Amino acid sequence: MTEILQFFWDNKDLIFIIILSVYLGIEVISHVPAVLHTPLMSGSNAIHGVVIIGAIIVMGHAESTLALILGFVAVILGTLNVVGGFVVTDRMLEMFKKKKK
Amino acid sequence: MNEIFTIQNSILEISYLGASLLFILGLKKLSHPLTARAGNLWAAAGMTAAIVFTILFHQMDGKGIGNIPWILAALAIGSFIGWYASVKVKMTAMPQMVSIFNGMGGACAALISLMEFPHLQDELAAAGHTHMLTGPAIAILLGLMIGSVSFAGSMIAFLKLDGRLGDIKTPALRIVNLSFLVVLLVALVVIMYMHPVSGNNWPIYLFALAALIYGVTFVMPIGGADMPVVISLLNSFTGVAAAMGGFLYNNQAMLTGGILVGSAGTILTILMTRAMNRSLLNVIIGAFGVASGSGSESEDQTVKEISLSDAAVLLSYSQKVYIVPGYGLAVAQAQHLCHDLDNLLTDKGVEVKYAIHPVAGRMPGHMNVLLAEADVPYEKLVEMEDANNEMSNTDVVIVIGANDVVNPAAEEDPSSPIYGMPIIRAQDARNVIVMKRSMAAGYAAIPNNLFYHPKNRMLFGDAKATLQKLVAEIKSL
Repeated sequence: MTEILQFFWDNKDLIFIIILSVYLGIEVISHVPAVLHTPLMSGSNAIHGVVIIGAIIVMGHAESTLALILGFVAVILGTLNVVGGFVVTDRMLEMFKKKKK
Repeated sequence: MNEIFTIQNSILEISYLGASLLFILGLKKLSHPLTARAGNLWAAAGMTAAIVFTILFHQMDGKGIGNIPWILAALAIGSFIGWYASVKVKMTAMPQMVSIFNGMGGACAALISLMEFPHLQDELAAAGHTHMLTGPAIAILLGLMIGSVSFAGSMIAFLKLDGRLGDIKTPALRIVNLSFLVVLLVALVVIMYMHPVSGNNWPIYLFALAALIYGVTFVMPIGGADMPVVISLLNSFTGVAAAMGGFLYNNQAMLTGGILVGSAGTILTILMTRAMNRSLLNVIIGAFGVASGSGSESEDQTVKEISLSDAAVLLSYSQKVYIVPGYGLAVAQAQHLCHDLDNLLTDKGVEVKYAIHPVAGRMPGHMNVLLAEADVPYEKLVEMEDANNEMSNTDVVIVIGANDVVNPAAEEDPSSPIYGMPIIRAQDARNVIVMKRSMAAGYAAIPNNLFYHPKNRMLFGDAKATLQKLVAEIKSL
């Protein structure tokens, strides 16, 4: 029990952020029209590419060659996720904009 | 890790706050048609800021980011490949592309965990801990597990969408599936209570392998038609994996970004299943697997065909025509021809509109994107409910490459697997022409009574070739 309380105490800020972000995510998405499901999925797909920050941190502090290589691969994969995700989403939405005229 | 106040740390945290705000606002804007494109750019701006400020100002144990030339090289390679692939991909293959990018994110999260675990184990061993159970260890293992499942699952989803992999539906796989999940969770607990020994890393490699295999067996039995839902689900998985990284590094940008996608992705997944009148559990377990016997009585019914010239005449002398596009249209890349047909008929004074089912195609909104690509004006795309209200005064409905979304069994036959799914009521129009390659069942593998309906006539052949001939026929009238 003490361990759980200790864990909560040590990480209380992060736990607050998690709970509030969960609620925010639900709230932001709830009333989206079906037409936008695909672009929205693609856009949020790009946002979780934020994992690349972790890859940059790992690579930035890599000491062995193996860590450097793995980090290199991780950064490439993360960048693919970010850049590919945003560009694909933009291409989809470009279509929507054109038909508005 | 960057708890001490320095100017750099403070600037970095402010940039993360800005990035998180941009993610939230971007997502909000993405859910409205008019602001969606701007929303995407906002989120991209937040991402760029987070990346640039991390490289410039991130400090760990008093050291800044090193290996910067290598990092920049990796960023450049990833950007180029990602940009090139996205620009070159055909609109019809978008779902596959999203699936691949999602897998890359999952793999990235898994790799981070694979590299951080040895570090953590060394630290804990040096500090004399008797077990691994700590916050960082939980974050690493969950990140590794979820990231690996997301990566492997996305690759399978990609192969299925691309038509390179069929469905394997055996009850045995379901049991294998469930036991793998149990094994994974047990392994997670075992590793937690493992005595930290420096250099003893094989358990985590085995764990990663098991998670990869689970990702494969998890997606394998799910039908190809449900892949969009699966991708959306895996998308939210990757979000959670990214958030684990945020937990590990005490990094607020990763945390908010990841959790936001995790929760928004879950809601999106539920919305998508709701549009198909299914539950998430139903999709994962796969109720579409067994074809119902309800359509068997229709086998002795006859199907009427229509000739090209009859179809041309019928269309030319109609007042109002509705086109119901489906995935077959997308596969045949016939959206431009569809628009040609539309123009031709419009010139003859026929009112042409498109009835868009919310789940037509391989993803919700897929049809809108494809038709917009072919310059079909927005006002001509009519949503299902409104189209259904107009059906009774429509002369001809042309169904091009669609099947399940016009299947009357969804309304009439309670034993049908798609019973309750809203459909476009093509049978209410005066005439129906179904353009189809063959009499094969649709993606949900259930027979369609519309084909045998007295008002319906079939126009067999590849959508593109048939449309081409039909357009030529109408021109020559």
